[in-house]
Amino acid sequence: MIRSGFWAMGGYARFVWPSIGFALAILAWNIWSARRHHARALLRVRRAIQMARSEES
Amino acid sequence: MTPRRKRLWVVLGILAGVSASVALAVVAGRQDISFYYVPTQVALGKAPADKDFRIGGLVMKGSVRRKPGDMTVHFVLTDYAHQVPVVYTGVLPDLFREGQGIIAHGQLGPNGVFVADEVLAKHDSKYMPPEIAASLKKNAGAAAAGAGAAPNPRG
Amino acid sequence: MWTWFHRLASPPHLYRTAAAWAPWLAFAAVILIGYGLVDGLVFAPPDYQQGDAFRIIYVHAPSAWLSLFGYTLMAVAGAVALIWRIKVGYAVAAAAAPIGASFTLSALVTGSLWGRPMWGTYWAWDPRLTSELILLFLYFGVISLRKAFEDPNRGDRASALLGIVGVVNVPIVHFSVYWWNSLHQGGTVMRLGKPEMPGSMLWPLLAMLAGFMCFFGAVLCVRVRAEILSRERQSTWVREVVAA
Repeated sequence: MIRSGFWAMGGYARFVWPSIGFALAILAWNIWSARRHHARALLRVRRAIQMARSEES
Repeated sequence: MTPRRKRLWVVLGILAGVSASVALAVVAGRQDISFYYVPTQVALGKAPADKDFRIGGLVMKGSVRRKPGDMTVHFVLTDYAHQVPVVYTGVLPDLFREGQGIIAHGQLGPNGVFVADEVLAKHDSKYMPPEIAASLKKNAGAAAAGAGAAPNPRG
Repeated sequence: MWTWFHRLASPPHLYRTAAAWAPWLAFAAVILIGYGLVDGLVFAPPDYQQGDAFRIIYVHAPSAWLSLFGYTLMAVAGAVALIWRIKVGYAVAAAAAPIGASFTLSALVTGSLWGRPMWGTYWAWDPRLTSELILLFLYFGVISLRKAFEDPNRGDRASALLGIVGVVNVPIVHFSVYWWNSLHQGGTVMRLGKPEMPGSMLWPLLAMLAGFMCFFGAVLCVRVRAEILSRERQSTWVREVVAA
């Protein structure tokens, strides 16, 4: 399936794999960071709602 | 003028101002921004004489000479109009070969030989598998044999 | 067209639109990037000059493209917000900035790892490389300027203005390889005329470009939703949406 010498990348493995890895890490950071921002924003709104409710009662 | 129209003009005005100043800076420093000089500029004396600079061109076919067991290599850089001989001692990049575009950093000696302390290889934006490149070369060779080789002035 | 644009300018509508688009964009991104990586790394032939090192193009070119696309989007969103007082423009600009900055970093690092074996150096003060580094600093400036003000509205306006001014750097990055003698090669796909690549190498590259675009869109949707939520947290519609 995978051609022979795939991991060696014709002798350029130490440049090709780190660059692929870095780009994939950037993709992963984007997913993690966006979801964290969204979760935090939701939490802040929920807190604001609770504050408003406790002021009413 | 509505406030909205006014804000539009303020933004466009700032953008125009910055663009103009960047354009002026670029035109004024045109040569300083370029990464290298070409052999024609060197031949016309446009390259700095007493300072280090970079020179870029193609490695002339058949010009590469090295002594066995020595890291020193002599070659000639060309832009098809002028030639500059270069001498360099050190490790060459993988792409260094005859016909390849390369950029050398160093100083022009009084004898007209450029003494380089760094050699970088340039590659173009063409990509193709080795088999296609080989067959293209064969076809080009056959065509050139018939019509006479025309140099392709690409950097 | 204009009614569509005006409806997007309403925060609740944009919030819902972003929620509807995100999963589809994410799905397309997974398919396209998955195919692009496998075809580009496994099946595409090596280059006649660069061998297997050329495969770095499959992550470098999409990163570099998004670094410019992200900046342009951020500047346009900031300009729309400044000129027409459309507040979601600031939310979009704030959401796009960190994504674009991350891809600028990716373009610089992958390019450096490509430059070492091919050019012979990790870094050179070349017009293309230098202007891309300036792009990264502009992103940092825009991001930190937003946080530098007590009043978030002033932060929004200041960073939008810096974003707009910095947009002059975008054509400089793109055309630097044609305007000046550069170590960097010209564009292979984003150019006038035919791409300088055979199909076996080009299809995975186009898939990666499209996949990265979809990825950018999906992440932007999530970030825009987060921005709208925290900016509109006092409004009743946000409280109704979150409480439900």
